[in-house]
Amino acid sequence: MIEIKNIQKTFGERTILSGISGKFLPGDTSLIIGGSGTGKSVLLKCMIGLIKPEEGQVLYDGRDFLTGDEDTQKAIRREMGVLFQGGALFDSKTVLENVRFPLDMLTNMATSEKMERAQFCLQRVGLENAADRMPSEISGGMKKRVGIARAIVMNPKYLFCDEPNSGLDPLTSIKIDELIREITDEFKITTVVITHDMNSMMEIGEKIMFLYQGKKMWEGSSSTITQSKVAELNEFIYANKLLRDTKA
Amino acid sequence: MHHLGRYFIFLGSLFRNREKMGVYSKLVLDECIQIGINSVFIVSIVSTFIGAVTCVQTAYNLVSPLVPLTIIAVIVRDSTILELAPTITCVVLSGKVGSNIAGGLGTMRITEQIDALEVMGINSSSYLVLPKVLASMITFPMLVILAGFLSIYGGYIAGTAADIITPEDYISGLRSDFKPFSITFALIKSVVFAFLISTISSFKGYYTAGGALEVGQASTAAVTNSCIAVLAADFLLAQLLL
Repeated sequence: MIEIKNIQKTFGERTILSGISGKFLPGDTSLIIGGSGTGKSVLLKCMIGLIKPEEGQVLYDGRDFLTGDEDTQKAIRREMGVLFQGGALFDSKTVLENVRFPLDMLTNMATSEKMERAQFCLQRVGLENAADRMPSEISGGMKKRVGIARAIVMNPKYLFCDEPNSGLDPLTSIKIDELIREITDEFKITTVVITHDMNSMMEIGEKIMFLYQGKKMWEGSSSTITQSKVAELNEFIYANKLLRDTKA
Repeated sequence: MHHLGRYFIFLGSLFRNREKMGVYSKLVLDECIQIGINSVFIVSIVSTFIGAVTCVQTAYNLVSPLVPLTIIAVIVRDSTILELAPTITCVVLSGKVGSNIAGGLGTMRITEQIDALEVMGINSSSYLVLPKVLASMITFPMLVILAGFLSIYGGYIAGTAADIITPEDYISGLRSDFKPFSITFALIKSVVFAFLISTISSFKGYYTAGGALEVGQASTAAVTNSCIAVLAADFLLAQLLL
């Protein structure tokens, strides 16, 4: 379980996150939603240790990530998998090398074992035939899937996805969402997804946290989100004409 | 001062929480190819022509019949070894290698590749930058030696082809009053310049923030700052060591 407590972050005079708290449970796909500039990505970066918040705690199964000693932080990092917005694949490495990279750097596994594991993960995301291609030779959707394969190669306990659907067509988006949900169920991972995609929200949002201007405004699930009385959330959800018409 | 402080903190971070040395060996080799071997062509062209031009211009300025022609070769040799081979080569390399390093790291920064390394618990600055610094410090002296040879040879070709000096006079001039310390001085300069160019360019690229425009700006800043640092270090080393 991941627990965040009272996360505060400012950049200069600007308050980005203001007292955000919440729990993310194993086997759940938890979504953090909100409009652009509401602090979703900053919150994610605070959770994975790329940005240090001024105040607050991030607890991974009770272990404090922000103030823990170096060994604790290292151990937690090894249990994390992160899918970045653009995939963040290493340009100079092939798809297979990208997936194998964490194993090369962080484990003492034999080469054959690493290859087997990397190929299994590529197979899991349906890209076994793209192993020898360079990142520049594959599509945006494939990059995301390679990113997912790399994120799960170390058997993580916690999976973070930063806008996994951005820049993808609706069909590919759905496939990525399904993949994230399947992997979460299969490996009982605690998955946190940052998104502002309504499809994702309805498809995989077992638990949803809505941020507005750096504050947590609502928490619930995809089944209760449409009954919300929070004006900012309703404005966000029904910004889409199709959904407005459906509601009407 | 703020940037200087950050630069020194950045240098410190290269050596903290390093990966196992085995990890770096292949990376250093790759960087040696990228930085060293891929620069051989430009260094060869520049140094050959600089040697040729130095020979022709020295002859043009030698108007007294009392000065022996062998002095042309002496001037080509000393100016090449002391200044032209190490400094001009490194200024050229600060353009080629410096912009390449800053652009590469800047792109990795804006495409979150550096974040991906950090999240895995890898010291990204050490993993990405240390091999570039080591490779530069290995290959720059080699390139400077090559530049020295080619520059002197360029002077020979230009001098003899234009009937400025006979081959015998040129070789005799090269051999007269040679100070071996000049070679040591050139190599010391090349190592110092390599360190400055690779670390300044890496620093500029590593801390790029924004998008493609900022990557371009980081590359430009890397080249200009490296050139200034090389020239300042050139003066300091000359004062200290000669």
